[in-house]
Amino acid sequence: MTLSTALAEAEARIAEPSPGALLRRRIFGHGGFLFGAIVVGLVLATALLAPLLAPHDPYAQDLTRRVVNPIWHADGTWRNPLGTDQLGRDYLSRLIYGARISLLIGVATMAISGAIGSALGVAAGYFGGRVDMAITFLITTRLAMPVVLVALAVVALAGGSLKVVILVLGFLLWDRFAVVTRSATMQVRNLDYIDAARAAGCSDLRVLASEILPNILNPLIVVATLEMAHAILLEAALSFLGLGVQPPLPSWGLMISEAKEYMFFSPWLIAVPGAALFLLVLAVNLLGDGVRDIAAPENRN
Amino acid sequence: MLLFAARRLMLAVLVALTVSVICFFLLHLSGDLAQALAGSSSSASDVEAVRKAYGLDRPIIVQYLGWASRVLTGDLGQSYFFKEPVAKLIAERLPVTMVLGVCALVFAVALALPLGVVAALRPNSWIDRTALTISVLGQALPSFWFALMLIIVFGLTLRWLPISGSGTWQHLVLPSIALGYYATPAIMRLTRAGMIEVLASDYIRTARAKGLRAPSVLFKHALRNAVIPVVALAAVQFGFMLGGSIVIETVFALHGIGYLAWESIARADFPIVQAIVLILASVYVVLTFLADILNAFLDPRLRVG
Repeated sequence: MTLSTALAEAEARIAEPSPGALLRRRIFGHGGFLFGAIVVGLVLATALLAPLLAPHDPYAQDLTRRVVNPIWHADGTWRNPLGTDQLGRDYLSRLIYGARISLLIGVATMAISGAIGSALGVAAGYFGGRVDMAITFLITTRLAMPVVLVALAVVALAGGSLKVVILVLGFLLWDRFAVVTRSATMQVRNLDYIDAARAAGCSDLRVLASEILPNILNPLIVVATLEMAHAILLEAALSFLGLGVQPPLPSWGLMISEAKEYMFFSPWLIAVPGAALFLLVLAVNLLGDGVRDIAAPENRN
Repeated sequence: MLLFAARRLMLAVLVALTVSVICFFLLHLSGDLAQALAGSSSSASDVEAVRKAYGLDRPIIVQYLGWASRVLTGDLGQSYFFKEPVAKLIAERLPVTMVLGVCALVFAVALALPLGVVAALRPNSWIDRTALTISVLGQALPSFWFALMLIIVFGLTLRWLPISGSGTWQHLVLPSIALGYYATPAIMRLTRAGMIEVLASDYIRTARAKGLRAPSVLFKHALRNAVIPVVALAAVQFGFMLGGSIVIETVFALHGIGYLAWESIARADFPIVQAIVLILASVYVVLTFLADILNAFLDPRLRVG
């Protein structure tokens, strides 16, 4: 090796950024991730600080001031910036409190379905054979069931409430978790460090918890965000159909449903909560896509 | 190939059977059917009378076996509300849902396929980025809200299209768009990925080297191969669309089986709900079975396992 190539190599090594700097560069160079993180952060802050941010009580009715126009109409006032709904409740306050419901549904459903799905998926991928066959069959069966219809029927029987909706969605949406963790586990199952852990005398449970799980965390996080978005959309659809979260809770889907009759003269009653829903779901999806690109940039197409 | 088909067929039948068991038990365990039928203001003796009248006092296994054996002979039971055979009610409404599903699929493919091909021809160009943006936005759009916004813009404001009911082809335009857009991102991404892979392959280079004209290479050689997995995906998406039609049919008051299911749930008319769940699941199972067979027929590597 000549001196000049050695020097060039050393220089290249010095110029190479540290892993932390590389990560920061990737995060801030990824527009979708940044947008998603900011919007999700804002919605989260809105949900947590709802009592401070909301100008009025979201449940306080004022039948003398029904369907008041929002601020961008000529007769809108700052008293109700987004106007009022059919019962005279302040629309902005309901929108702000609605963020709590959407986020709660998203996170709680994701936790339940994530626990079920990844337990099944990891078991199928790790043990293989008959276990894998049985679990693959379960996944196939679950995929064949029409989610919206089954969820509607069960909610109708069990009674619509936040808790029931979360449980029903949690027990229905685990399929993608199972599919993804299954294939991710299969990829790492035969790697050397798994054999090493087993040779060192680790039990199956120990191998699963401390060797497999940390190594499939990336795809797991990506599915978790996508499924959270899915759950938020489904809750809104169920509530819209009248078989989800019940009035007077300010679910965004329910707000759209209640505004249907006023569609012709007050379309903003539908446009506003729908736009909020769209923005939140878009942000959660972008966050998930961003995590995938940042964690594994070599897979980026 | 035959062995593969037979194994897949067995799996499909087993899945359909399991779905029927799950649906039946889910409905019976998630609440008291007799109470739901009798109404919330009924007395205890009324509830018991309803329970006897509909055979809900028998052991659940007996109820399931009775129901399942009747389903196999084509008898889906009597509707509690209409007092008519469920099979007849569903047969009347099924065509509407099927036509809606096909129209939605045509819309989705007509939009997604060209976008995917163009995006693949110029990866990372502005066209590719626009197509990607459309697909990302599309996936976040709540279908019922999108449907309502379509109604507000094209029905109420511009007055171009009717907003509810059925009868003419115009009635199907907005529902098809509202139902079909959701499938476009997946179809577009798969088309794009398939085209990029195929365009980089040796036989495309050979075709080009032979001096074939670009459109001939593109459509005759590349698209034909790239579109194979898309056909399978489209079949699966069609199954999802039938499931999703419950929301769209409700918004547009289209009298298909989705709307019937929603009405029946609200009326606690469970024979209809069970039958529709079973039909939608069966359609999905048949479609995935056909997609599997098609894929295996075209790509022998898939026949193993």
